[in-house]
Amino acid sequence: MSWDWQVFLNDDGSGRTYLQWMLEAWRWTLAVAGCSWVVAVLLGAVMGTLRTLPTLPSSNRWNPWLVRLATVWVELFRNIPLLVQVFLWYFVAPKMFPAFQAVPGFVLVVFALGFFTSARLAEQVRAGIQALPKGQRYAGMALGLSTAQTYRYVLLPMAFRIILPPLTSESMNLLKNSSVAFAVSIAELTMFAMQAQEETSRGVEVYLAVTALYALSAFAVNRVFAFIEKKAHVPGFIVAGGTGGH
Amino acid sequence: MLGLDLTFLDAELLRKFVLGGLWFSLQLTLVATLGGIVLGTLLALMRLSGKSALVWPATVYVNTMRSVPLVMVILWFFLLVPLLIGKPIGAELSAVITFVAFEAAYFSEIMRAGIQSIPHGQVFAGQALGMSYGQNMRLVVLPQALRNMLPVLLTQTIILFQDTSLVYAIGAYDLLKGFTTAGKIYGRPEEAYVMAALVYFVICFALSWLVKRLQSRIAIIR
Repeated sequence: MSWDWQVFLNDDGSGRTYLQWMLEAWRWTLAVAGCSWVVAVLLGAVMGTLRTLPTLPSSNRWNPWLVRLATVWVELFRNIPLLVQVFLWYFVAPKMFPAFQAVPGFVLVVFALGFFTSARLAEQVRAGIQALPKGQRYAGMALGLSTAQTYRYVLLPMAFRIILPPLTSESMNLLKNSSVAFAVSIAELTMFAMQAQEETSRGVEVYLAVTALYALSAFAVNRVFAFIEKKAHVPGFIVAGGTGGH
Repeated sequence: MLGLDLTFLDAELLRKFVLGGLWFSLQLTLVATLGGIVLGTLLALMRLSGKSALVWPATVYVNTMRSVPLVMVILWFFLLVPLLIGKPIGAELSAVITFVAFEAAYFSEIMRAGIQSIPHGQVFAGQALGMSYGQNMRLVVLPQALRNMLPVLLTQTIILFQDTSLVYAIGAYDLLKGFTTAGKIYGRPEEAYVMAALVYFVICFALSWLVKRLQSRIAIIR
C-alpha cells in the first residue's frame, strides 16, 4: 500500500480542497465541543451544588426538593446513551414541542452533549464539595454566613480546585464525544472522515489526519487545564499527588 | 401524549425487531468486558513490569486509544481489518473486535490502579514464600486488585453498554438499530427513539443501582 497525501489538495466538487473542508470540520468540532462545555459546566456546577444542600429541619424547606430535582437530573442524563440523547433532541423534541422546530440543529446537539456531560460533571462537583472537611461548612455557619454565602465564599472555591483534574478528563471526553454529532449530519470531523473516505477511497490518510486533529485538540485541552491548575493553586492546600494539604 | 403515539408497540414487533438487537448489544458488552479485562490486565502488567521493551508499547497503545473518539476507532477497525486480512468482515464482528481492543485500554488503567493499590508487603510476602512472578500475580495480587476495583470495573461496563449504541456508525444491528428499524417500518421513528431511550435507561439505572449496593457491601467487608 502506498501513501497518497495529495488527496487533500483535490477539489471536493464544491470549489474547496479536502484540506479546507477538513479544517472547516475541525472548527465545527471545536464549536460544538466549546458551546457544550459552557452548558455542561454551568448546569453541572448548579446540579452538583444542589445535590449537597443541607436538609436539616432548620434549613430551607425547599432544599429536599432541590436535592431530588438534581438527583433526577443526574440519573436521567447519565443513564441514556449519548447517541440516543442526540436523537431525542434532534428528532423527538421538535415533534413533541413545536417551539423546537425553529431551533437550528447545531444548538440541539449542543444541548444534548451539554446536558449529558452536565450530569457527569455534577457528580464530580458533588464529590468535590463532599470531599471538604465538614468543619468548613460549620465555620461558614459560625461566621453567620447564609447558605448561599457559605457556598459562594467557603465551599465552592475549594471544591472547584479539587475537581480540576476530573474536570480536565471530562472536558477531554466531551471533545471526543462531540464526534457523535455526525449522526445528525453536523459537518464536524467524524462526518468529514466518513464522507471524504467514501468520496476519495483514501480512508487511511483521511482517518489519520482526523485522528491527529482529535488527539491534538485533546492535548491542547489538557495543557490549558494544567495551566489553570497551576494558576489556581492555593499554597498549602491540596498538593496534587502529594501527601500534604488539609 | 404530546403528539406521540405508542400504540403501535406490541410483543410481535419487539420479538421481530428489538430482541435480536438487544441480544447483540448484551453479547457485545459481555465479550468486550471479559476480553477487555483480560487484555487490559496484560497491558497493565506490561506497564508495571519496569522493562522498557514492554512499558513503551503498552503505554503508547493505551494513550493512543484513550485520545481518540470511540466512533473514530470503530471506523478505523471497520476500514483496516478487511485490508489486513484481505476479505470483508461483517459490521457485527468488526464491532466486537473494536470494542475488545478499545476497552482493553480503559480497563488497563483501572487494573493498573487496582494493582498499585495493593500494599507492597503483599508482593514481598509472596516472594518470601518462594512464589514465582506468575504465582504471585495470580494468587496474591490480581485477586485482591480485581476485588478492590470491582465497582469501578462494573461502572465501566455500564458505560461500555451505553457506548455499544455507537456501532450505529457502521450499521451493526444492535438494540438502538432494532428500535430505529421498527420505527421506520411502522412509520413512527420518534416513538421508537423514545422507547429505545426508555429501555437503555431502565437497564443502566438498574445496573448502577446494583453497583451502588455492591459497593456498600464491599466497603463493610473491608
